[in-house]
Amino acid sequence: MDELRTKYIEAIAAAADEATLEELRVRAVGKKGEISLKMRELGKMTPEERQVAGPALNALKNEINSALAAKKVALSDAALDARLATEWLDVTLPSRTRRVGSIHPISQVTEEVTAIFADMGFAVAEGPQIETDWYNFDALNIPGHHPARAEMDTFYTHRAEDDERRPHVLRTHTSPVQIRTMEKDGAPIRIICPGRVYRADYDQTHTPMFHQVEGLALGKDISMANLKWVLEEFFSAFFGTDVKTRFRASHFPFTEPSAEVDIQCSWEGGTVKVGEGDDWLEVLGSGMVHPNVLKAGGIDPDEYQGFAFGMGIDRLAMLKYGIPDLRAFFDSDLRWLRHYGFASLDQPTLHGGLNR
Amino acid sequence: MKFTLSWLKDHLETDASVDEIVEVLTDLGLEVEDVSNPAERLAEFKLGKVVHAEKHPDADKLRVCTVATDEGELQIICGAPNAREGITVVVCKPGMYIPGLDITISVGKIRGVESYGMMASERELELSDEHDGIIELPSGEVGDRFIDWLAENDPSKVDTMIEIAITPNRPDALGVRGIALDLAARGLGKMKPAKTASIEGGYESPINITIDESAATEGCEVFAGRLIKGVKNGPSPQWLQDRLTAIGLRPISALVDITNFFTFDRNRPLHVFDADKVNGNLRVHRTAGGETLVGLDEKEYSLQEGMVVISDDTGVESIGGIMGGLPTGCTEETTNVFLEAAVWDHIQIAYTGRGLKINSDARYRNERGIDPAYNMQAMDDATQMIIDLCGGAPSSVVTAGEVPDVSRAYKLDTDRVQSLVGMEIPAETQHATLEALGFTIEGDMAHVPSWRPDVRGSADLVEEVARIASLTKLEGKPLPRVAAGVPEQILSPMQKREQIARRTTAALGYNECVTYSFIDKAAAVLFGGGSDATKLENPISSEMSHMRPSLLPGLLQAAARNQARGFMEMALFECGAVFHGGEPGEQENLLTGILVGRTVGKDIHGESRGVDIYDAKADMEAVMNALGAPTKLTYNRGTNGWWHPGRSAKVGLGPKKILGAFGEIHPKVLDTLNVKGPVVAFAIHTAEIPMPRKKSASKGAVTMADLQAVERDFAFVVDADVEALTVVNAASGVDKALIEDVRVFDEFIGGALGEGKKSLAITVRLQPTDKTLKEADIEAVAAKIVAKVSKATGGTLRG
Repeated sequence: MDELRTKYIEAIAAAADEATLEELRVRAVGKKGEISLKMRELGKMTPEERQVAGPALNALKNEINSALAAKKVALSDAALDARLATEWLDVTLPSRTRRVGSIHPISQVTEEVTAIFADMGFAVAEGPQIETDWYNFDALNIPGHHPARAEMDTFYTHRAEDDERRPHVLRTHTSPVQIRTMEKDGAPIRIICPGRVYRADYDQTHTPMFHQVEGLALGKDISMANLKWVLEEFFSAFFGTDVKTRFRASHFPFTEPSAEVDIQCSWEGGTVKVGEGDDWLEVLGSGMVHPNVLKAGGIDPDEYQGFAFGMGIDRLAMLKYGIPDLRAFFDSDLRWLRHYGFASLDQPTLHGGLNR
Repeated sequence: MKFTLSWLKDHLETDASVDEIVEVLTDLGLEVEDVSNPAERLAEFKLGKVVHAEKHPDADKLRVCTVATDEGELQIICGAPNAREGITVVVCKPGMYIPGLDITISVGKIRGVESYGMMASERELELSDEHDGIIELPSGEVGDRFIDWLAENDPSKVDTMIEIAITPNRPDALGVRGIALDLAARGLGKMKPAKTASIEGGYESPINITIDESAATEGCEVFAGRLIKGVKNGPSPQWLQDRLTAIGLRPISALVDITNFFTFDRNRPLHVFDADKVNGNLRVHRTAGGETLVGLDEKEYSLQEGMVVISDDTGVESIGGIMGGLPTGCTEETTNVFLEAAVWDHIQIAYTGRGLKINSDARYRNERGIDPAYNMQAMDDATQMIIDLCGGAPSSVVTAGEVPDVSRAYKLDTDRVQSLVGMEIPAETQHATLEALGFTIEGDMAHVPSWRPDVRGSADLVEEVARIASLTKLEGKPLPRVAAGVPEQILSPMQKREQIARRTTAALGYNECVTYSFIDKAAAVLFGGGSDATKLENPISSEMSHMRPSLLPGLLQAAARNQARGFMEMALFECGAVFHGGEPGEQENLLTGILVGRTVGKDIHGESRGVDIYDAKADMEAVMNALGAPTKLTYNRGTNGWWHPGRSAKVGLGPKKILGAFGEIHPKVLDTLNVKGPVVAFAIHTAEIPMPRKKSASKGAVTMADLQAVERDFAFVVDADVEALTVVNAASGVDKALIEDVRVFDEFIGGALGEGKKSLAITVRLQPTDKTLKEADIEAVAAKIVAKVSKATGGTLRG
């Protein structure tokens, strides 16, 4: 029996292919195989003999079957290895080109600003970009003769000969949206108004179109101290670091008292860093909404009060992301779009963070 | 508004440093824009004395000087003609920066002799244009600081100039005295009493003044005048010239300089006529239109109807409160002068000034508002100065109109500062602040000083108190949430939709652009715009003259610019407003994408090909799908002229409800805009896609049939112009419950089919829901599909 075992186990181990293995299987454990024949002879044995030979034969059969199966797997693995060894590709060849899109910094920053103010309960209000001069000026306490009108470099729309109306304007700020929202929704109110605005100015630091976001909060007891807190919260969240603000008295026709707001910064080698250092950078105009503006929006100034502020989205983007030239925002240079753009799924959220 | 430190100290007694003053001005709302401090620039320079001078051995015009300095004797080579023994000079030692030369001095060798510095000229120290020789001082000791010598002997040379920005509400700060008042109210010094004069005229003015009735309302409130006989005009004294020069004005003559002095000292524009050139009396009236006047700036102005002017018997001589006329202007020869102090309606000044495009210091002040109560006193104060500087005998004052009464009072609610600003300031402090600014307090009423036209209500009083107290002291206070808990959604569904549209398009590989809302007329016309309604009256250039009717021209122009830089393949998009008219609201938000050139650049995988409309269509459908548009869309031809007529479609829900368009851009349009094609594009009217009707977030149950689906393929031979969607719709309509999907998978044109024919192959997926399909069922449906498609298209099943 040992002889039989040695013969087959060795032969299986030496088999070079599946055909040889099959042949061995038939010879050993096939219906007429050597082991099968020996098992048939068990019946002719004495019970005592059978008790010894039976289990031994069974064990041998199992052992040979296992060896066959293992060898079969080994052979097919070897065959696969041999095939794979021939399947070689140059992994340094370029990948299939996949276009990569991007989100413009204006859109990204607008969403960042929106996310922060949303958390403080500010909704997003929108309005027309071509405005009547009433919404753009008069309602904001800037009557026709007011020097601020001349200073705003306003774009006017064309009027036909027989059209006696005053020309419309391209909104010079997003403040008209505040008036429209007051008219529509009344107080209390918390909104921001992001969007395109226009001024007839073009040089190193000015483009005739840019983006503003204004904020308006009206309530029974909203004060300038609340404004300061809101802005400091905003800037700290936006820049991802604690940012101090400095309020300076100023004047805007639509607010009273009015303040220019500076944020803390440092200047090093011509670049500005927000939230550190001893210098101040003017970024925003604000104040308590003028009673005349509230009246224009149909709100009783004896009952409601609140603050308004406005700042440049482009400017915020430049400061935060180190973009040097405003004019390039609107040039659509692919190199610029790819460098300063944002991944499509990089949607700013407070829980996911606003800083990359 | 510019002024100097010494000018400020005429009105304010203060020991405050320039830095303190500058910081406080900005904090008070008088934002400092520029400070020019000569003392800082010259701080290093010290006096020296030339103890010995001899000719340079190798140069006739150079001298080798031995100069005594605070650090011992230095050898300095000098080429100035006045460099000689014994004179006191300003020494620049090696390492010092010379502002007028913009260099730092170092030890040098001039023609073989070493020189340890230089002696400065006035120009080299930016004190004047003088450069004929080095500075030679009549006094001073070796080692004295030059700026100390200047402060003592020539103070105007080291006077600090401060320039502040003036917000439109603060005309009072257009005079140095007004600025001083603000600083004093903050506690930075004490006001000095104003110099006031009282002049009795010796005779009646031969020139009289009248105001026409038409000009009396909203024209000229009061006009006072006086003749001063026998003046001697000429250059004004040095101190006055220095003052004016320091703030950038050119001294002209004593009489003119005096009016300029009052303009800046007291925010009080005045005018002087040469009385000998005035014919008859002066009359204030409104123009009929068409009159002309050459102004003091020597430009001719053509007056429009209704402007308020001053005329004599000859005609218009002055544009009241804005600019005097050249013919009656004062010159060096003037001996008799007529002085005018008037109060003009500020709105009228604004309109007239704007109409004539005159930006004078007088208009600037009269438009913002001067102190009307000072009018008559100003007449005497200015007369006194004329007499002091030019001599002469004044007449009594003639007056027309009346000084307007601007007195008013508002209730001061001292609690309001707390409620509006959020600062706690004691009531007494509030009262003291207002009084320091010139208000008078009576009970709870604050009477406004006549020089503060901006104060128009109680909120203004709060502003003044807070401003003087300093807003830098304001402490932030949390703004409570509107309601406790998690904030509600704040974006409107449309705002959310635009975000999704934008980010989906970027995810499809498009780069987002932001292009100008205004484009050139030719480009606007190409895309159906360019009408006068969308034209700007005052465009910044002809490239930006019309509001864009479409996002395509901006994107195509961007593509052209990128191609000019060598980038030929690109995918760009923009999401923004287009304008259909010139009225508010005639705008619509679109999302438009363009694909330019080849799908990819040269490519090893053989995937580079020209972009085609199915690329644009795929992207458009992906975005529409993300926005929740119905999956069954209609495709209609008849797109606008900027699309390729055969390769574009309007996409919608039926022919009337258009959601967008896609296709190839017309080659002529590309040609005009210098874009190398092909270019395919899509545009989506984001707001047109219907919003879902249901309010619930539930998506409903999904249907996933357990039974095996069966697919069958059919090929039909149809006319070449039969659209695939006709075949698909016919097949789908056979059994809407059973047929889950019909897809075109092959198109074959011409060949054995013959001219004008094509074969379209579709695969139909049948999804039974209640029992497994038997072959007979499938055959029945197939037969119906063949019949219906044949009927709808006139085609036949391909054998």
